[in-house]
Amino acid sequence: MADTLTGPAPAAVPETAHAARLDHVSKVFGRPGTQPPVLDGITLDVEPGEFVCLLGASGCGKSTLLNLVAGLDEPTAGTIDTPGGRPALMFQEHALFPWLTAGRNIELALRLRGLPREQRRPEAERLLSLVRLGGAYGKRVHELSGGMRQRVALARALAQDSQLLLMDEPFAALDAITRDVLHDELSRIWAETNLSVLFVTHNVREAVRLAQRVVLLSSRPGRIQREWRVDIPQPRRIEDAAVADLSVEITEELRGEIRRHGQH
Amino acid sequence: MASTETEQTNGQAAGQAAEETIGQAIQPSTGQTQPPGAVDDAAAGGLPARGKRPADDRDLSGLEAGLDALETVAVGRTPFWRVLLTKVVPPLSAAVVVLVVWQIAVSAGVSDQTKLPSPHAVWGELADRWRAGDLFSIIWTSVERGLLGFLAALAIGTPLGLVVARVRFVRAAVGPILTGLQSLPSVAWVPAAVIWLGIEGKAMYAVILLGAVPSIANGLVAGIDRVPPLYLRAGRNLGATGLRSAWHVLLPAALPGYVAGLKQGWAFSWRSLMAAELIASSPDLGVGLGRYLENMREASDMAGVFLGILLILVVGIAIDQIVFSPLERWVLRSRGLTAGAQ
Repeated sequence: MADTLTGPAPAAVPETAHAARLDHVSKVFGRPGTQPPVLDGITLDVEPGEFVCLLGASGCGKSTLLNLVAGLDEPTAGTIDTPGGRPALMFQEHALFPWLTAGRNIELALRLRGLPREQRRPEAERLLSLVRLGGAYGKRVHELSGGMRQRVALARALAQDSQLLLMDEPFAALDAITRDVLHDELSRIWAETNLSVLFVTHNVREAVRLAQRVVLLSSRPGRIQREWRVDIPQPRRIEDAAVADLSVEITEELRGEIRRHGQH
Repeated sequence: MASTETEQTNGQAAGQAAEETIGQAIQPSTGQTQPPGAVDDAAAGGLPARGKRPADDRDLSGLEAGLDALETVAVGRTPFWRVLLTKVVPPLSAAVVVLVVWQIAVSAGVSDQTKLPSPHAVWGELADRWRAGDLFSIIWTSVERGLLGFLAALAIGTPLGLVVARVRFVRAAVGPILTGLQSLPSVAWVPAAVIWLGIEGKAMYAVILLGAVPSIANGLVAGIDRVPPLYLRAGRNLGATGLRSAWHVLLPAALPGYVAGLKQGWAFSWRSLMAAELIASSPDLGVGLGRYLENMREASDMAGVFLGILLILVVGIAIDQIVFSPLERWVLRSRGLTAGAQ
């Protein structure tokens, strides 16, 4: 017994078959029966280290689903299991706290995670240089450009040291060039870490550019309509022919789904 | 640390895997251009893999540095003479204009000297008080009372505001009363305060509190109401719940509204105190600015009355300029909320 007490602690993260498991998840806002469900019977596994894009038109409940996985809301039915602990979440708006500098924003995440004080500063510096903002520690949020803010937000999400990163259209508000650069950046960081990513977007090309698997949701109610495995090797570019071809195929399916809503 | 190393090794291994996949699936030389139908080829090549190449990486960091530089505006410090010209000269000129108009009115004999003393006479009264040695004791009596009362109002108003903002029942019960109290001139409380508490310090403080507490509490409520829900969600996702959420997210986010409330709270305390000092007279209270003003009126000393009014004005402005305006500027500027903060 003494040995076990003084010996090294076992690895913190147990090996699991999935980073997130959604089992017949449904969500109804308001009293059940009075409103149509927003999400209906979503069953989805995200494997450890996998990059999955959730794709869908407006009103398909993509963001709702992400909120459920993040634990910010409760499903009406079904279960959600995230064995790696509370997932990190990135929003469309950077959601950085304007009263803190870029570095302090990251340190707050480290502090809330329970990292001892003396380790916070070096860890924040490391994360900032991971998103290539090594000189931005003391910068206020309003002094950063839109792309830089999202990179700091990414660094803050990584500071949570979660196995699963949820991203809710994080690049939707950026201009095309910046978004392109951030795609490269995200792919690079994903390649350098063990992260599983669940990425929500309405941009088909973005989904094909980033994901290993694209999951198309139907709208009202949100159901999984179809899945594509994206076997185009990384690094990809958004203008690659292969990306374009698959995007055309997925867009056709998405359009058909949207058209269906206008028919009755 | 051990886990980070593993992650890196995994990343490298995956990178190598990607190189191989590219080699099999696409043209071996560049790997940049892909023929149509590359999807199928790649699919045949095996599982999608993570990867990066050093050349791409250098490209990316250069591109990123360029974007960052283009989108960041460098701001230098405003030179001293410019601050002088834009911040100090205008109010001074306004003061000079007032003095000149005042002097002209006196010289033109608009009214006799017992009703409109000359600036020189007021200056003489100031010099008299200085020589008599009671100028600072008069000012300090009021300022000390005002600041102590304000601190007490801060200690009461802050938790009150927090509770009103966060507890629905309390908000419904107390919220309208707080707003109503703000529009009730707190000088209206002086008769009641004097009867309840006697003509002494306690009555003065009660009047200050009734003036400042609603402002401070309402400022905090307004500040909390305007906190974007996104911050609270982001905070929750980072692991801030309950008190930690209040301390790390809610209160700092509400600070601009709170500081605006403090500023107004000070203005209200100072006004209420002056009114209370004017009305309540007792040797126990000592001579503050309000009492001094009333004494001068009783002596029909118009220069003294003017001096009293001017001192009350100057002290009110000075405290605001020394304490509250810099605080407010700092809070707003550090968040990029002022036009000058770009």
